[in-house]
Amino acid sequence: MTAPKESSGPADTGRRALVELDHVSKFYGNIKALQDVSLEVRAGEISCVLGDNGAGKSTLIKIIAGLHRHDAGTFLIDGEETTLANPRDALDRGIATVYQDLAVVPLMPVWRNFFLGSEPTKGTGPFKSLDVRLMRQTTRSALLRMGIDLRDVDQPIGTLSGGERQCVAIARAVHFGAKVLVLDEPTAALGVKQSGVVLKYVAAARDAGLGVVLITHNPHHAYLVGDRFVLLKRGAMAGSHTKAGVTLDELTRQMAGGSELEELSHELERAPGPGPLGGLRDEDGTSG
Amino acid sequence: MTAGPGTSSAVADERLVRVSPLRKLLGRPELGSVVGALAVFLFFAVVADSFLRATSFGTVLYAASTIGIMAAPVALLMIGGEFDLSAGVMVTSSALISSMFSYQMTANVWVGVFVSLLVTLAIGAFNGFMLTRTKLPSFIITLGTFLMLTGLNLGFTKLISGTVSTKTIGNMEGFDSARAVFASNWTVGGVELKVTILWWAVLVAIATWILIRTRFGNWIFAVGGEADAARAVGVPVIRTKIGLYLGVAFAAWVSGQHLLFSYDVVQSGEGVGNELIYIIAAVIGGCLITGGYGSAIGSAVGAFIFGMTSKGIVYAEWNPDWFKFFLGAMLLLATLLNAWVRKRAEATK
Repeated sequence: MTAPKESSGPADTGRRALVELDHVSKFYGNIKALQDVSLEVRAGEISCVLGDNGAGKSTLIKIIAGLHRHDAGTFLIDGEETTLANPRDALDRGIATVYQDLAVVPLMPVWRNFFLGSEPTKGTGPFKSLDVRLMRQTTRSALLRMGIDLRDVDQPIGTLSGGERQCVAIARAVHFGAKVLVLDEPTAALGVKQSGVVLKYVAAARDAGLGVVLITHNPHHAYLVGDRFVLLKRGAMAGSHTKAGVTLDELTRQMAGGSELEELSHELERAPGPGPLGGLRDEDGTSG
Repeated sequence: MTAGPGTSSAVADERLVRVSPLRKLLGRPELGSVVGALAVFLFFAVVADSFLRATSFGTVLYAASTIGIMAAPVALLMIGGEFDLSAGVMVTSSALISSMFSYQMTANVWVGVFVSLLVTLAIGAFNGFMLTRTKLPSFIITLGTFLMLTGLNLGFTKLISGTVSTKTIGNMEGFDSARAVFASNWTVGGVELKVTILWWAVLVAIATWILIRTRFGNWIFAVGGEADAARAVGVPVIRTKIGLYLGVAFAAWVSGQHLLFSYDVVQSGEGVGNELIYIIAAVIGGCLITGGYGSAIGSAVGAFIFGMTSKGIVYAEWNPDWFKFFLGAMLLLATLLNAWVRKRAEATK
C-alpha cells in the first residue's frame, strides 16, 4: 500500500503522463484567470491542485474538462497536443470530471444517473429502448466493485448523503473507462467521516490505475492521498512539489501564505487543533 | 456484507424493508391526480343524474382528448424544465395555415395540411432555438411567440379573407379523407366516440414510452432536473429542448387539423388561454413546475379531470360560469396533494 508513495519521489520514472499542462494561461477579456500553470497527471497517481477561493482552480478544471479553451501554453493528452472542443470531447478522450455540486440530477434514480449521457440501448430503429435491466444490474455491480454497497439503486440520488453521491460519481467515471479523473473539491461540503470515505474511494480509483486530479483547499486532505501538489494563488503557480519534497506543515504554510499564517497559527495554537491523525488512520484502512 | 456470493444480484438486501405495493403507488407522480379524478367523478356522479350515462362518457372523453393531446407534450416539456405559452394559439395558427393555404392555392386540402405541419414545426423550432440561443427564460420567449402568433392569426386572416374567420373548404378535394383522419366519429355500443380520443391515447402512449424507456426520455428528466450536470456528462441539452418544442408543435398541428376539419371554418381569435389549461392538466398530473419530475399519463388524468369538470357542470345543470372557479380550486388542491404525497413518499423510503 505504501509502495506507490515511496516511488513518487523526484526521481520517479516509468509512469507516463496522461495529461500534462505546460505554462497554460487563460484570459477572460483583460482578466488573467490563469497564468503559466503547469501540471502533470500520471496513471496511478494523484495530483492535487491547492488554492484558496479565486485562485483559479475552477478555471483550471474547466480547461481540463473541455468547458473552456486555454489561450496560451500547451495542453497534452497522452503526449499529444490538444484543444478540447467540449465536455463530450474530454469524456471521449478518457477525462471524466466530477463537479462539486453538479455531479448528478437529484430527482433521478441512482441507476438513471449512473448511465446519464451514456445509456445502453437494445433493439433497433424506432423501437430502440433503454436496456433497463442491464442498467440496474451494472449500476449495482459497478458500485459494489468500488466497495459501495447501496441499498436501492431505484432511490432518487438526491436522497443519498453528499459523500455517497460523490462516490457514485467516482464509480461512474471508473466504470466508463476514464483514464483521468478530475475531482472538484470532493470533500468541501462534507463532515470529517464522510470526507474520509470519499478520500478512500479517491485512493481506490488511483489503485485502479487512474490518474487523479484532486482540487481542494484543504491541505490535510491533499497530503493524505496526493503524490504531487500544485499550489495556485491569484491565478498563478505558487509552488509545485512531490510528496517526498514537501511536508504537510510546509504545504499548509505555503497555501495560507507565510506571515498571514504565522499570525493565524498563534491565534489558533491555544485551541486543540483538528490534527490530521484521525484522517491518516482512515487512509491506512484503505484496502482498494 | 453482500460481497460473498457472486450470483446474488437478485437476492433481496436485508436492509431493505419490503415496499408494499401501496407505498410504491404513493411514490408515483400521477397519484395525486388519480385521487383527484376519483373525487371529481364521484362528486358529479352524485350531483348530476345524467353524468353516469354512457353517452355522457363519450362527451367527457372528447372534451378531455382535445386538452389531453396537447397536455402530453406540454408535460414532457415541463419535465424538461420549460414552458410553452404559445401552445394555445399555435393550434389556431396551424388550423388557419392549413385552411388558407388550401383555399388560396385551390389545392387538395392535404397539401395545406402538410404545409401546416412544416410551418407549425418551424414555429416550435423557433421557440426552442430562441430559448437555447438567448438563454432567456422560456416564459418570456414563448410569451413573445404567443403575442406574435395572436397578432399574425388575426392580421393574416383579415388580410386574406376580409373577415375574422376563414372561408369554408368543405367542398374541396381531399376534405372528406382529412376529416376522417382528424375529426371523424365512430360508435361503440351506442356511444359516439371521436377520433381525437384515439389520437390522445396514442400520443400519451408514445410520450410515456419515450419518457421512461428511451435515452431521450432520460435526457428530458436530466435537462429539467439539473441542466448543468446533464451537459457535463455529455447530454445534448440544446437538442433535447428543441426536440421537446417540436413535440408540442406536432401536437398543436394535430389539434389544429381537428379544429379545422370538425368545423370547416376557423375563427382566428381562438386558442387564447388554452395554453394555461394544458399546463394546468400537466401540473394536476404531477409535473413539477420547476422541471425534472412528472409523467405523461398524469397529464392524461389531468385532462380527464378537465373533461369531467367542464361537462359535469353542464350535466348538473349549473351555470357554466362557475367552471373556471372549479378548475382553479382543483389546480390548487391537486398541487397541494402532490406536494404532500411526494413528501410522505420520500420521507418513508
